[in-house]
Amino acid sequence: MTTTAKLDVQDNNPVAALQELMRRMLERGGVGGVLTPVHLGRGTPMPTLVTDPAELALADPLAPAFPMNGAKMLARLTKGHSGERIAAVMRPCEIRAFIELAKLNQGSLDNVLLISVDCLGAYDNTHYLRFKGADDAIQTTLGFLGKVGGGKDTARDGYDLAGACLVCEHPVAAAADVSVGLVGLDLTAALPVMAETAKGEALLAALELEDWQPREDRAEALARLVERRTQERDAMIERTAEATGTLAGLAEYLAGCVNCLNCRVACPVCYCRECVFATDVFDHKPWQYMGWARQKGMLKMPTDTVFYHLTRMAHMSTACVGCGQCSNACPNDVPVMELFRTVATRTQKGFDYEPGRSMDDPPPLSVFKEKEFEDVVSHMA
Amino acid sequence: MDAQATQADAGRRRDAQTAPSVAFEPTIVAFVCNWCTYTAADLAGTSRMIQKPNLRLVRMMCTGMVDPKYVIKALLSGADAVLISGCHPGDCHYINGNYKARRRVKLLKEILPQFGVDTRRVRLTWVGASEGNEFAATVNSLVEEIRELGPIETRGLKAL
Repeated sequence: MTTTAKLDVQDNNPVAALQELMRRMLERGGVGGVLTPVHLGRGTPMPTLVTDPAELALADPLAPAFPMNGAKMLARLTKGHSGERIAAVMRPCEIRAFIELAKLNQGSLDNVLLISVDCLGAYDNTHYLRFKGADDAIQTTLGFLGKVGGGKDTARDGYDLAGACLVCEHPVAAAADVSVGLVGLDLTAALPVMAETAKGEALLAALELEDWQPREDRAEALARLVERRTQERDAMIERTAEATGTLAGLAEYLAGCVNCLNCRVACPVCYCRECVFATDVFDHKPWQYMGWARQKGMLKMPTDTVFYHLTRMAHMSTACVGCGQCSNACPNDVPVMELFRTVATRTQKGFDYEPGRSMDDPPPLSVFKEKEFEDVVSHMA
Repeated sequence: MDAQATQADAGRRRDAQTAPSVAFEPTIVAFVCNWCTYTAADLAGTSRMIQKPNLRLVRMMCTGMVDPKYVIKALLSGADAVLISGCHPGDCHYINGNYKARRRVKLLKEILPQFGVDTRRVRLTWVGASEGNEFAATVNSLVEEIRELGPIETRGLKAL
């Protein structure tokens, strides 16, 4: 049976309640540091490793901002030994991406507690700053949250949550040690803190929070949210598949790509330590470019943009958690997230794989069976 | 060489490169493993078996090292099909490389059709070292099948 503890909300401020949760973790949870978004200036909150409870005053895991996927940062903090346990209070897509990295030994779950907070989505970088304006950062977050988790309309004057968030059917992370509920709940009263693993149980016991049997509003609200997002996702996939049904369509779709590789850098599951596109494997000689140009009378520069995206699909689409940081990072607003989610849905289905669900699911291309996929083998002779 | 001759020479070269061929001849890039299919190809050759000349063989140490990106690169560069061929299951020189290749081909067959690439353009076969006749027959039937399928879309795409 999972333990649920009660996290009281004072002064209608759920952000302060989460700060209190993190303070308890540092003070009596046996946790040396907490990785969580902190408002460090007037810009977007950045993932920050906090060791001193006094520094939690501007910590804000609920801010509708998502400047980067923190999975890679957590991987840095857990690859090798720090001698201390840390906790990561992050979005579900960050936790799911971290699980994928941990499967590839680029991070470790040994000394980390994964705390997932129900995700209500976030604005992209430009729109978060517009949303916040000159207001106080925490007040901005409280304004975004409203009274009931997920109950407030997120659309603003000409913009809405990031495209990735609007089509995300994972507002919770199945692999977290502890979940904090928001969806469908009165955020001004108390929040449920749920232990999902033995590690999470131990943490909750140490935090000395009151045991609680909350009302069932969350499960129903979550199901509604997931259903709505899934519908949005399917519609998005249909639109994208139609636009990219041919290679000409794909080339047109990616026409704005300048090969900056930002989407690769921003991608939390692009796992290669050295990307082949950062090496000289596809550096070509001037006479080769001339030769290719002559074949068709012209050659688009930079070359290999479609090739780059197709290669990325082959390398990471089975691990894509749909966080949308690729689109957030694109300087030319190429709808990269839509394309990758469309492809990922199919490749993940092909291998019956859900990234970030559990450490027990091996990445599809890291294993094989003797008898499988016989239909992809031809017998022509 | 005088300037006029050089110019004429350059003109001829350009014509040769841009003129569309009347009948479609498929170009097929084949990644074959050193231990089985390459040896079979060698056997087919030394046994003087008749094979279509449309294949460009790339010898790999194992099909397990054919990264999907090389298949994608070949198709985008105008190869009408890619053949990956290695040892029969259980015969891999490196024990299990061909099983890994099978998963990668499975992956490619999920990705490529989304962009209108016919899955018949990516072929995986197992041809053992002693099967020279098998190799020649595979090549011949593949070439005919791709000839029927027609040229790949990338041949006509100017900007990719």
